[in-house]
Parts: sequence; C-alpha cells; structure tokens
Amino acid sequence: MFKLEPRVEFSPMISFLGPLFSIALTMIFGGILFFFLGVDPVAAIKMIFWDPLMSETFAEYSRPQILIKAAPLILIALGLSLGFKANIWNIGAEGQYIMGAIFGATFALSLYPSESVFIFPAMIIAGIIGGSIWAMIPAMLKVKFKVNEILVSLMLVYVAEQILALASLGFLRNPDGAGFPGSRNLNDYPSASNLELINGTGIHLGVLISLLMVIFFYILLFRHSLGFKIKLIGHSPKAYAFSGDSPNKMVVICLLVSGGLAGLAGLFEVAGPAGQITIDFNVGYGFTAIIVAFLGRLNPVGIFLAGIIMALTYVGGELTQFMLNLPAAAIQVFQGMLLFFLLSFDLFVNYKLKFLKD
Amino acid sequence: MDFSEINIPILIASLIVTATPLILAALGELIAEKSGVLNLGVEGMMIIGAVSGFIIGVETGSALLGIIGSAVGGALLSFLFAFIVLVMKANQVASGLALTIFGLGIAALLGHPYTGIAPPQFQSFSLPVLEDIPIIGVMFFQHDFVVYFSILASIATWYFLKYSRRGLVLRSIGENHDVAHSLGYKVIATRFGSILFGGALAGLGGGYLSLVRVPQWTEGMTAGAGWIALALVVFSGWHPFRLILGAYIFGGITILQLNLQAIGVNINIAILSMAPYLATIIALVIISVSRIQGNKGAPGSLGVSFVKVT
Repeated sequence: MFKLEPRVEFSPMISFLGPLFSIALTMIFGGILFFFLGVDPVAAIKMIFWDPLMSETFAEYSRPQILIKAAPLILIALGLSLGFKANIWNIGAEGQYIMGAIFGATFALSLYPSESVFIFPAMIIAGIIGGSIWAMIPAMLKVKFKVNEILVSLMLVYVAEQILALASLGFLRNPDGAGFPGSRNLNDYPSASNLELINGTGIHLGVLISLLMVIFFYILLFRHSLGFKIKLIGHSPKAYAFSGDSPNKMVVICLLVSGGLAGLAGLFEVAGPAGQITIDFNVGYGFTAIIVAFLGRLNPVGIFLAGIIMALTYVGGELTQFMLNLPAAAIQVFQGMLLFFLLSFDLFVNYKLKFLKD
Repeated sequence: MDFSEINIPILIASLIVTATPLILAALGELIAEKSGVLNLGVEGMMIIGAVSGFIIGVETGSALLGIIGSAVGGALLSFLFAFIVLVMKANQVASGLALTIFGLGIAALLGHPYTGIAPPQFQSFSLPVLEDIPIIGVMFFQHDFVVYFSILASIATWYFLKYSRRGLVLRSIGENHDVAHSLGYKVIATRFGSILFGGALAGLGGGYLSLVRVPQWTEGMTAGAGWIALALVVFSGWHPFRLILGAYIFGGITILQLNLQAIGVNINIAILSMAPYLATIIALVIISVSRIQGNKGAPGSLGVSFVKVT
C-alpha cells in the first residue's frame, strides 16, 4: 500500500511535467474519443496540434489565427489567475468580456462618423470600464453582504448575454443594415478599428498588450508586495489577517483586475477580429480562459504558453471540423479532458506518494 | 395585452413543473454539500441527464426508462468528479467547473443527432378524487410522478439528515472530517456516495427538462438551471423545505415572465429574460443580509479535501 505525504518543498520539475503529461494523456484519450466518432485519431491529433503551425496548406491562414485567438485567452486568464491564487473565484469573465465590448462599441458608435486619433484609446478605456463595472457587482456584493461571488458572477453572464441581444437588436443596430441584427462594422470606421499591425500576421494591438501583460503580471506576482499578499491570502487567510490589510481589499482588487482585463479583451475583439456587436458575439473565451489559467498553473509565463496551446486546439479543432467532419463539441470535450488531467495531476504537485511495506 | 389571458391555476401548475428540476438538482447538491463536498458541476450533470434521458427515451420509446436513464447518466458523470476530488484530492471548485465544461461538451456531442425529435409522451399521474377538486385539482393534483417524487424526496432527505444515524454521520463528516475520521467513520466512502446521489438527482432534474418540461433536446438547454440550483442550496440555508419554497418562488418568477412575454407586455423580451437570473442574485443578497453571522447551516468542511494523516 501507499500513503500520501504533503510535499514540504515545491518541486518545479513536477509542476512543469504536470501540464506536459496532461496534454499527452488528453491526446491519448481524445484519440480514443475521435476513434469512436469514426475519425482517424492520428490524423485528427496531428491536425489539431501540428497542421495549424506547420502544414503548407493551412499554416499561412492558421498561424495568424492562433495569435488572434490566444490574445483574449491570455488576457482574461492572467486576470483570473490573480483571484484563483487568492481563492476568489470570478467565473463570469464571459459576461465581463461582453460588457467590455458593448461599452467600447457603444462609445465609438455614438461618435460615428467623426474621426479622431483619440477615439480608439478612449474605446480601450471604455472597454476596461465596462468589464470592471460588471465585475464590481459580485465584488461589492461579496464585500458588503458576503454573497458568494461564484454564483453572482456567473448569473451576470446570462444577464450580459441578454444585454448583448438588446444591443444588437436594439440600441446598437446598424441603421443602414436593412433591419438585420448587429451593429455597424467597426472595421469600416477607421478611428475605431483595431486593425492588424503587420499585415497577414494576426498581430493586433491586443496581442501586443497581452504579451506586455504577461511581463507585467510576472513582475507583479514575483517582485511586488501585492503579488505576495495575493499568494498569502490564498494559502493562509489567517496569516494574511496579521498583515493588517482587509481581505475585502483583495476581493475588490482581484475582481477589478480580472473584470478589466476581460473587458479589454472584449473591446479588442469587437473592434478587430469580430468587427461588430452581434447576438453570438461571445464564443466562450471567458470560460476557456479558466482552463488556460489552470493549464498555465496560474503562472504568467505558463498562462502565455497555455493560451497558445489552447488557441491551437481551437484553430486545429476548426480544421478537423472542415476536413474530417469532427463535430465542434468534440473539441470542447477535448478541452474538458485536459482540465481534468491537469487537476488530477495536482496530487503529485502537493503530495508525495510514499510506498509502505506491509 | 390582456392580463385576463393569464390563468392563475394553470400558472401555479406550470410553476410547480418549472420548479421540479431545480428541486431535484438542488436536493442532490444539498446532500453532497452536507457531506462536505462542493460540486460546482451541477450544470454539467444536469445537461448529461437531459441528453442521456432523452436518448434512452427516444430509443426505447419509454419515457419512464428515459427518466431512469437520466439519473444513471448524471451519476456516471458525477463518478468522474468524485474520483478526481476524493482520490486525486483536486481542488473542488476547479474540478466542478471542469465537470460543467466537459458535461456540456459531451452532451452536445451525444445529442446532436437527436435535435428536433419529439420524445415519447410522459404519462401524467393524476391523483384520483383529489384531481377533481375544482381549481386546486388543476394546480396540485394533475402532475406526473416526478413532481410528487421531488416533494417526497425532499421530505425523505429532511428526515434522513435530521433523524437517521447515517444522516448524522454524513453531517458530522461535513462539519469536521478529521474528527469524524478519528471516530472511525468512513469519510471518503460517505462522500463518494453523496456525490453519486447528487449526480443522480441532478441528472433526473435534467431528464425532466428534456423529457417533460420542454420536451425536446436542444444544445445547452439547461441554460444555467444547474447554477440556479446551486444558488438555491445557499438560499435554503441547507434545509430541504426552504429549498422547495425557494424553488417555487423562483419557478413563479420564471413562469410569470414567460407569461408576460406571451401576452405581449410592453417590456423588451431580453429584459424579461434577465428576470430569473437577477432574481437569483437578489435572493442571494437578501438571504446573506438576513443571516448576520456568515452562512448559518454551511458545513464546516465544505470544499476542503480530506487527506488521511495517520
């Protein structure tokens, strides 16, 4: 038999091997799933992980797509990771992402068609404000009334989706759109569009900012006292209480930052790759970012790599849909599996297995 | 717009039908939480119940087998959660989220060929004599057996937790698993059982949605019902009877907003559709304010992994 013994010292080896091992296991079990769906597992796995990067036919299109999809995932996951470290669970990033996009687009379209270099920077601020306001609702309710932030932030996703419907059918509907739902396309409004910085690469301002944020968060977590406090409150709320700071402050900071970044991601999306507010504007980045945060072990550099890998499964997943007729939901199952393996692997991060002689 | 089109007895009857899946799922979660496990995967287990119940119902032509299948489906998914949090000691919050993501994916995958099919008819199970009482009969006594089952299950759960020895053991494990363990109670086995029970009831709730309430399969059809069930458990203060009350209030709001949409009240549909979610938030606030000192009734070891020390 064996027993579990808490690990006293943190093992970087194990914590690095965990994600790799989980990805390998996901490939194996995902392959089995694909086999039962009547798809050649080897071809499907290769198409998800290899072809978007290396295939001659697809790479030209899919490489930029990887960056376009990774940017919002990384931005949102970085923000979420702060709270997750501190045991503050914002799982409503999807709603904050929607509200950031709506705030930014509403601001821009209210100025249409006047042009100014200040419009896009102001939109960015509007997007951050939109996401933050939406995250401040659970934060305030938790601070004032001790209401569970998990449930409130999630309920607000459904409310945000209804506001999105309201916007695309009502107050943001394109007046020249022949009555079709959806706003004006921001890509046709030069002052408000978040265009590619280098043609054909997929790099827009959001990609650049997400990279800068990775560095910023690295410094924040490992070189700044706020990062230390966040880790402290997560590990031992009692020890944190001795620091004299109120735990409420952490709740507000973590939700404000994660909401703001989710709103920012929404703004870059609506002004860039999506172009307009539509009913189906949100595609689940806010939820996938939760997986990204864990896949990256709540570490900024890890989150960057995880964001790229997750974007790869999205882009590769689309390829398998077109080429192999794999259902879209199969990729969602694939991503869910990955999260399960990762979480299970935490056992070996936190504990040592000690074999006992009978 | 004509308010006289709203028929109050039928409104009450449909309120009960709307509340039933919530009662079932929340009751299962209540037992799991009382044993000390926070399972945020209710939404995932419900949708798996919805799809497995629907598929089995359509394939066998029997709604009853479908309902049973939905409970089995929900329990199977919860088995995965139980293994990950109890054996692998994974973080319960994150694992519950993973269960929801995974369940929604699997359900979409399995259910795809069944979109737009009508399921077998569910026999309503009217109570003789009582069903003929005017007005009250329509409201309370012409439902299917799942509705009555949800009430009976609530009573049974209340009795089990309050008066039975096993219920007491379950509660003590939820309050402090280290003490319970040192007294010789089986922490992991009890929690395993509680999670499976929770999964089966959540699955049943989902199956009731796809086979009776809607009745159809559409992707993502639970639309947050699992999360609302989680909120109901908090709202109830971990008490089965207050849970029924909460579910009926909630069902009332949902049905009222649907009726207002139907008679064409001059309020935007999107705003009416927000009502159930906003109501949930407001209910959570009210209940938190009214409990001055934290969450009375919340088990002490809720959400904490149990690791044997000796």
